[in-house]
Amino acid sequence: MKNDNLVQIDRVTFGYDQRVILSDITMAFPRGKVIAIMGGSGCGKTTLLRLIGGTLTPQRGTVSFDGSPVNPRDRESLYALRRRVGMLFQFGALFTDMTVFDNVAFPLREHTTLPEPMIRDLVLMKLNAVGLRGAAQLKPADLSGGMARRVALARAIALDPELIMYDEPFAGLDPISLGVAANLIRRLNDATGATSLVVSHDVHECFLISDYVYVISSGRIVGHGTPAEVQASDDPEVRQFIDGEPDGPVKFHYPAAAYGADLGLRP
Amino acid sequence: MNAAELLRRLGVWALGLLRGLGHSAFFFVDLVRSLPWALRRLFLTIAQIHSIGNYSLVIIAASGLAVGFVLALQGYYTLSRYGAAESLGLLVALSLVRELGPVVTGLLFAGRAGTSLTAEIGLMKAGEQLAAMEMMAVDPKERVLAPRFLAGIIAMPLLAAMFSAVGILGGYVVGVLMIGIDPGAFWSQMQNGVDAWDDVGNGIVKSVVFGIACTFVALYQGYEAQATPEGVAQATTRTVVVSSLAVLGLDFVLTALMFSAPR
Repeated sequence: MKNDNLVQIDRVTFGYDQRVILSDITMAFPRGKVIAIMGGSGCGKTTLLRLIGGTLTPQRGTVSFDGSPVNPRDRESLYALRRRVGMLFQFGALFTDMTVFDNVAFPLREHTTLPEPMIRDLVLMKLNAVGLRGAAQLKPADLSGGMARRVALARAIALDPELIMYDEPFAGLDPISLGVAANLIRRLNDATGATSLVVSHDVHECFLISDYVYVISSGRIVGHGTPAEVQASDDPEVRQFIDGEPDGPVKFHYPAAAYGADLGLRP
Repeated sequence: MNAAELLRRLGVWALGLLRGLGHSAFFFVDLVRSLPWALRRLFLTIAQIHSIGNYSLVIIAASGLAVGFVLALQGYYTLSRYGAAESLGLLVALSLVRELGPVVTGLLFAGRAGTSLTAEIGLMKAGEQLAAMEMMAVDPKERVLAPRFLAGIIAMPLLAAMFSAVGILGGYVVGVLMIGIDPGAFWSQMQNGVDAWDDVGNGIVKSVVFGIACTFVALYQGYEAQATPEGVAQATTRTVVVSSLAVLGLDFVLTALMFSAPR
């Protein structure tokens, strides 16, 4: 029987030197769903994506994809896994020396032996899905931030991946591009039957498009559930994040000596 | 600072140096291993030979000409004291083919092509392009670095040959056309005195070695650059410094080896 969860994260701990980024995280991403991982900047969201993609190795715990553990040391199986995963980088990470068309064709040309006319058709279909068929011959430098990200999305889905990972897909987009991006994520997920993993700190968009939400703060899961459940949560850390309060469990001030002492005033 | 602290710092420095050397050695082995890939996808390599080689031609030719001019003037100054001005062609050709061609081309290559390689790879890294490739199950060492490495190894001897050829023409212009040495003596002395293997061959061996060294340094610095503007700037500087020192150091070693080889 096929496992219902495409990705399973079991008690994973990760850190650099003494700094712990993720501690004892357990998550499951069921097939066909859009899962949002939310949290403030630097809370370890992107690290989580890198652990799934196998560019980082957890210090403890296991990450498994489709039932088999991700092993960054085994190049063969790692590359086989990555062919089934599409990833959208925060700023697109398009190849600046290639046209939009060649960017989207890149994974097809590298991993398949399809004839060029068929690649052309596939690329145009993917570009059409993100609304940029007309931009095929432009260079990445000619695109706006939102367009670049849509091209990168077309490239990420070129090989029809089972898992699509989005690293901050909404960061720095204008309201129109933002709505377009959110819509695309949901539509592509439902149309292709893939599983989507959205790492973001945009509360509104994430609640709108996702089936399940995890909220991370300082390396721990502080809340999870359907968007409605998380919104109704009364955990102070979740509340501060959702309501965007400047001070709370996450302090406004970076740790420092007493203000008066720093200014040389008497206590 | 007491002795223990001094010893500790020395240890940290030495360990860092060894770690860096080991790291770059592994990188070199990886690059060499991915060379067959560059042969299989020859069109990528050819595009790189074009951008590394063709675009360096102007500076190589201009420098070759200038060096040839000066070599002829200085050579004539010395040779005419011994009444051997007819040997000017031989002197110019031997100096260029054995020594100046490969070395000066290597130094110019580090400044012209090496820096652009480092900056390109470094910026690809900063723009997460290499990470994106990695996530698409494409090894950037094979797809991006290997074609550039092979292209550098092929381009360097060709550029060095071009440098020497243009330099000899420069020597001809100054020696024969301006100073008035007999053109027959100029060319025939060169023809008799320059040996295909001992002189030209040694020059080719040198330039191939410099090609490997310079391209490797440039790619390594770019690939290992910190993904920030300052990081890429520092890496580009290091490319020029390290490649130039490598060319000069290797030149001495190779020349010494070639002199000690039985004739």
